[in-house]
Amino acid sequence: MRGHRPHRDLIIGIFLLRRFATFVVTLAAASVLVFAALGILPGNAAEVRLGESATPEAIKELSQKLGLDRPASARYLSWVGGMLHGDFGLSVSYDTPVATLIGERLAVTAPLALLAMTLTTVLALALGLYAASRHNQAGDVGVMAASQIGIAVPNFWFAILLILLFAVKLRWFSAGGFPGWDDDPLQALKALILPAVSLAVVQAAILARITRSAVLDVMREDFVRTARAKGLSQRAVLWRHVLRNAFVPVLTVMGLQFANLVTGTIVVENVFSLPGLGRLVFQAINNRDVLLVQGIVMLLAATVIVINFVVDVLYAVIDPRLKVHA
Amino acid sequence: MTFMQRAWRHKSFAIGATLVALLILTALLSFVWTPYPAGEIDVPNKLKPMSAAHWLGTDSLGRDVVSMLLVGARYGVAVGLIAVGIGITAGVALGLYAAARRGWIEELIMRSADFTLAFPALLTAIMLTAIYGPGLVTSIVAIGIFNIPEFARITRASANAIWTREYVLASRACGKSRWHITFSHVLPNIANVLIVQATIRFAIAILAEAALSYLGLGTQPPTPSWGRMLNEGQAMMYQAPWLAVWPGLAIVFSVLGLNLMGDGLRDLLDPRLARQR
Repeated sequence: MRGHRPHRDLIIGIFLLRRFATFVVTLAAASVLVFAALGILPGNAAEVRLGESATPEAIKELSQKLGLDRPASARYLSWVGGMLHGDFGLSVSYDTPVATLIGERLAVTAPLALLAMTLTTVLALALGLYAASRHNQAGDVGVMAASQIGIAVPNFWFAILLILLFAVKLRWFSAGGFPGWDDDPLQALKALILPAVSLAVVQAAILARITRSAVLDVMREDFVRTARAKGLSQRAVLWRHVLRNAFVPVLTVMGLQFANLVTGTIVVENVFSLPGLGRLVFQAINNRDVLLVQGIVMLLAATVIVINFVVDVLYAVIDPRLKVHA
Repeated sequence: MTFMQRAWRHKSFAIGATLVALLILTALLSFVWTPYPAGEIDVPNKLKPMSAAHWLGTDSLGRDVVSMLLVGARYGVAVGLIAVGIGITAGVALGLYAAARRGWIEELIMRSADFTLAFPALLTAIMLTAIYGPGLVTSIVAIGIFNIPEFARITRASANAIWTREYVLASRACGKSRWHITFSHVLPNIANVLIVQATIRFAIAILAEAALSYLGLGTQPPTPSWGRMLNEGQAMMYQAPWLAVWPGLAIVFSVLGLNLMGDGLRDLLDPRLARQR
């Protein structure tokens, strides 16, 4: 058995290297697309920003300030080079570095996304495992029916219903806004609970179904029967064999769901008036602040690409069959 | 048993198809009849609760909620149909081409599809809005683009399975061209998968359109849309909470109907499952 180990490590190493190369190319392609869409196609951002009544001198002055008089390739390279050093350029509407603005807003968006993903995972795994263990019984049917409805509910409407119930009727939470982490961290966390729940419940509906069917699929496998036949307890079979194997499809969907979570966060932040990236990008659109929109869209797309990469790397660790695909 | 008989015995399909039929009838009805002209402002009658005159009440400008919901259905269905149409046309063409050509072309198309997934409909809509401003076309294009890689992936995977079948091998041995095989064998055999996928993507398109309209990136005033009705309803939550409920229910029933119909179709159109029945 020991002889196989270096061989498997080599295969995984090659897989990871190839995956890393794809990851870098994807990131580069995304940056070209975002730059092409927002930096070149709309024409002169200075004209757009100053409006139709602007004088040619004013446009020229702003163009120089924004560096728009340079060729597109040079602008692209300095944009990407700057981002690699954490410099996303200057926001015209706020007269502040884009990176500073994004950093401030991430203090709301990142904890919200993290809280929502944690809630999603806990809720989905618990419901999925429960449904699988009660296969075709009332509990299973109930979970499946509830999840079918959950999938059909738009997260922003669920958010509005939560506000109606917990803020308007019961007055347990505020209907929106964010007090900031410095003044009262507990109140700040409380302000993120309803938004996170509204994101998590809808996502968990999908993930619970995937967990249930993945667990049921694995439970039908021969190796599970063998494990049972050699006398392992139901719990040991479930934890040692079923969950590990069922986790691969669950992880795939979690990776795909992250893109939904990113967009869901933008929408839900607007429902609860949270000062996160989602609000910032809309303010940037209204202010015609192209560089700020460009920075935020790039950051969000890069987040999705990074998460997909991390999920693929995790496969290599979790999936015992990976060597076949590599 | 005929397909229709089997279909009506399938609970998911029957419930889903009924809800979808209601959605389409509602959208069609709005062309010939609404209780009041949709969008007609009647300020003296603003924020009226449910009554015989206004079945689901009126909004902050006195507009009749039922009339707005009926016309909103029309736009939801239209955006869904066009966005799925864009996705299915481009996605299926790319998927079929990838499966027929294989090699680096397949690799390139599929990697591009993976890449497009990094840009969810909302991000594309944000970029388009930053350039061209918000509107119905922006949301249709954004949702349509997002659908392309989904259809390309599923088409290519299903088509690859068909290309390994013996009847395809026989056809190739007879000297038929790739394109002949693609259109006479591959496409007809993956049509079922595509129908199911189109139903489910339609549901996702309705959800996406509602979200974009809610955010102000989609349908613009005075055109009624369910997403924007929710946005306006949220502002009146303390005075008239029902305004934030009805459009949401309309979205849920539409999406639920399409999803149930898609699940039902998957069972009904899969010959392996059909034989077991």
